[in-house]
Amino acid sequence: MKIFKYALLAIPFLYFSCDDDNDTPEPINEEEVITTMTVTLVNHQNGSDVVTMQTQDLDGDGPNAPVVTVSGPLTAGTSYAGSIQWLNEMEDPAEDITLEVQEEDDEHQVFFSASGVGMEFVYMDFDGNGNPLGTQFVLAPLGAGSGSVTITLVHEPNKPNDGLDTAGGSIDIQTTFPVTVE
Amino acid sequence: MCGASFSSKLALTLYSFFSLCCINSFAQNCNNRLSIQVIDLHDGTPLENATVQTNDLLGTTDFDGNLIFENLCEDTYVLTISHEDCESLVQTVDIKKDTFRKIRLEHHLNELEEIMIISNNRNNSRTLFENKISKEVLDDYNSRTLGEVLKTVTGVSSLNSGSYLSKPVINGLHSSRVILINNGVRLEDQEWGIEHAPSIDINSIDKISIIKGASALKYAGDAVGGVIIAESSREKLLDTVYGNATTNLQSNGRGGSVSTNFTKTNSNGWYYRLQGTLKRMGDFETPEYVMTNTGFLEHNLSLKAGLNRIDHGFDIYYSLFSNRLGILRSSHAHTAIDIINAIENDIPHIIEDFSYDINIPRQKISHNLLKLRGFKNFDFGKLSLRYDFQSNDRKEYDIRRGDRTRPALDLNLQTHSIAFDLESKFENNSNLKTGISARYQKNFPDPATGVKRIIPDYKKYDFSLYSVFDIGLSNDWLLEAGMRYDFSHIDAYKYYRTSLWEARNYDELFPEFVVEDLGLNTLTNPKFDFHNISSNIGLKYSISNSENIFFNYSMSSRKPNPSELFSEGLHHSSARIEIGDLSFNSEVGHNFSLTYDSSNEKSSLVVNTFANLVDDFIYMIPVDLMPTIAGVFPYWEYKQEDAKLFGFDVKYDRQYFTNFFIGHQFSIIKGYERENDKPLINMPPVNLKNQISYSIPKMNNLNLSLESEYVFRQNEYPNNNFEVFIPTEDIYLTLDTSTPPGAYHLLNFASSIGFKSENGGNYKINLRIENLLNHHYKNYLNRLRYFTHEMGRNIMLSVSYNY
Repeated sequence: MKIFKYALLAIPFLYFSCDDDNDTPEPINEEEVITTMTVTLVNHQNGSDVVTMQTQDLDGDGPNAPVVTVSGPLTAGTSYAGSIQWLNEMEDPAEDITLEVQEEDDEHQVFFSASGVGMEFVYMDFDGNGNPLGTQFVLAPLGAGSGSVTITLVHEPNKPNDGLDTAGGSIDIQTTFPVTVE
Repeated sequence: MCGASFSSKLALTLYSFFSLCCINSFAQNCNNRLSIQVIDLHDGTPLENATVQTNDLLGTTDFDGNLIFENLCEDTYVLTISHEDCESLVQTVDIKKDTFRKIRLEHHLNELEEIMIISNNRNNSRTLFENKISKEVLDDYNSRTLGEVLKTVTGVSSLNSGSYLSKPVINGLHSSRVILINNGVRLEDQEWGIEHAPSIDINSIDKISIIKGASALKYAGDAVGGVIIAESSREKLLDTVYGNATTNLQSNGRGGSVSTNFTKTNSNGWYYRLQGTLKRMGDFETPEYVMTNTGFLEHNLSLKAGLNRIDHGFDIYYSLFSNRLGILRSSHAHTAIDIINAIENDIPHIIEDFSYDINIPRQKISHNLLKLRGFKNFDFGKLSLRYDFQSNDRKEYDIRRGDRTRPALDLNLQTHSIAFDLESKFENNSNLKTGISARYQKNFPDPATGVKRIIPDYKKYDFSLYSVFDIGLSNDWLLEAGMRYDFSHIDAYKYYRTSLWEARNYDELFPEFVVEDLGLNTLTNPKFDFHNISSNIGLKYSISNSENIFFNYSMSSRKPNPSELFSEGLHHSSARIEIGDLSFNSEVGHNFSLTYDSSNEKSSLVVNTFANLVDDFIYMIPVDLMPTIAGVFPYWEYKQEDAKLFGFDVKYDRQYFTNFFIGHQFSIIKGYERENDKPLINMPPVNLKNQISYSIPKMNNLNLSLESEYVFRQNEYPNNNFEVFIPTEDIYLTLDTSTPPGAYHLLNFASSIGFKSENGGNYKINLRIENLLNHHYKNYLNRLRYFTHEMGRNIMLSVSYNY
């Protein structure tokens, strides 16, 4: 019966480990989520002509779609100083992800494109290797019309590259804003 | 039988004494004495109560094993010596004068042999055909994974994530539907995940049995796909030391493995065994490029010690499986567009020079298993008690923004279980196995990851009862019937996205689960009870000694796994949103199988057919697209639909002349949803394997063989493609994740040669070349096929020494 004595020794393990620590799990600080991208465009010629484009998805990968807003029309034949801010509003207070992107400038790049309307984009900030980053840029609407502007933040693209299609990496954020140029 | 009562033996002895007198009074020259001592051949101990019978004389040995027959005439006597639990021994003695005879009865050894025989043929069911993988095959695959070695069995394939992560698929089913038993313990290692490979080292195993399409009710009732039983061999009851050391080198991955095991056994039953494995590989290579970040490091250890006696014994077993493995760097996709780009490019967008580095993304897994087991034989059968503890730790590191080096997934799954089993044999050639077991499991996802938990915190309590009865109805017919009841209680805590909780109507269906509404998230406490019945009925008909037919019907009931119940949100590694369902009930499989098995010295044939009707089959389909700030994601939901799977496989081996051996294997599996006949995803394609071997026993058992493996294209697959809007180009593109890659044909070469060393051990050298022609191909059952091709040529050399 010796074996049973040994086997019985095991039973206390069960009880020790079944201790009911009735703790509810702590909530998770979802750190890497980007909920909000705000693009601010300030007319070089007229400081009061400010257009804000924003996408906000407060439930992240939840079923609610992002809310996309554009504050007003752009003016043809001028140029705008553009800047982008990314926020994680799931954290309280909201975390500014922009700083992180700027710190890791060699691992990120913003890509711009337009369809339906003529637009020109010029990078205004660069990483340590002289490759474009894109948190600061210039947007120049070429002519009147309506169409869209797509802004894409890519993590770990091949740098330098000839554009989004061949840059590789993975897309952190991508939003298409409907725009009108007057 | 030796177990007769003392009084009856006494009577017999007295009777023989009187008979002796009578013989004596009528015979001449009848004053010879025969002294007998009966001892244990094994350790020389005298055997008390052995009976010795000759003509009409009968006696039993005393405490010292002695017995004396007096007044024997000159003659030849045939002695029949028997002892409890032993087969009788017959010896002849010529009596001319007083004679002493020491008789060695193979007491222990007889029992040992019996155990060995039982062990070798020990099937988990007597009416189910079991496919076995022998130690020899395991040795040939000692640098590989369990999933790869299981593929040598007809009808078994593997679902891969890259080159190393390989999950067994039995008759088209995998993950939670395939149960793995490691040395009597059900492996609890988060097997639900498609990119989770079984945590088991093949070097710690000596034998694998595969039961297709049915549960081994002793272990589980929920094996809708099948059961894989891995065991180490039983220790010998001899004073000996044996073991093995193996070194393996391979060209693809530019790495290798070393593995060793050592066993010390004693004739008194005590033994111990140590075993360890170390494997290291760098990046694997396709014929055209390096698969960057696919290397791995694995180290495993197992210890076993115990007492192995005939009628009682116990053992303690501990094993550690741990690895660190790289996930193909370019398989990191965040959005559907990333996958489209990968498919269009045909080669990965990141290819670096060969390296041994294991960078992010990677997995780090460790699995600890501790088992204590004891058994004792009683009049009513063999009773055993088992306790086991398992701790599975899984960390997945993903490419993260910021300098976040913490894992993105960190799960710890702890399982305790305790089981009593009773095996009884009856005289009418029937056996009854019954058992009762309880299990406690706790999953802890570490919140420090800063990433939403994929699998929530939960506690699970299981309780089961089973009984399996088999009976030989005649010499030819064997019947087995079994039943099992499983109760499970799940108590989970999970933060749901409030928007999802409401969108799925859970706020109306399960308001009792809500603990607290925190705005963005809702803390819930889902609790479920599952009562499941599974059963099995089987018949085996022996047409002749070499031909058998097996018929089996088994009903398996599987409760939904945590992933199927609780998934909600973006699964980064598959770039899709996966949604489980709290209202699922258990999946019930009805499996019918018919197997014909014929084997003789020259050839063997196994034909296996099956039909598996699975009610409430749980599987995932894409239902929609979901826009998020990171782009549009396919939205996959777990669904419950009735499904049917059927197929057959054939294995035929034949020896020609004395040295040629030709083998063929063919298998076909079809799976559909029952309602609309839509094909099921990831069904293994038809495959055909042929092998030709030539052996020269005189030349150190030189064996040369060539294997051909043809895998057809899977032509039946669900079309889960969808359109993805590409905003930068203002167009829609089709994301084709469904279309299977083409057929492929691989040639493998294998050779082995053995040498005896002077000290009694032997060396074996294996040379194996896989994908001999360096064929560039993709595999439908590789989850990373959108991103990469399969491994190119691989030359493997292994040297093993057995002692």
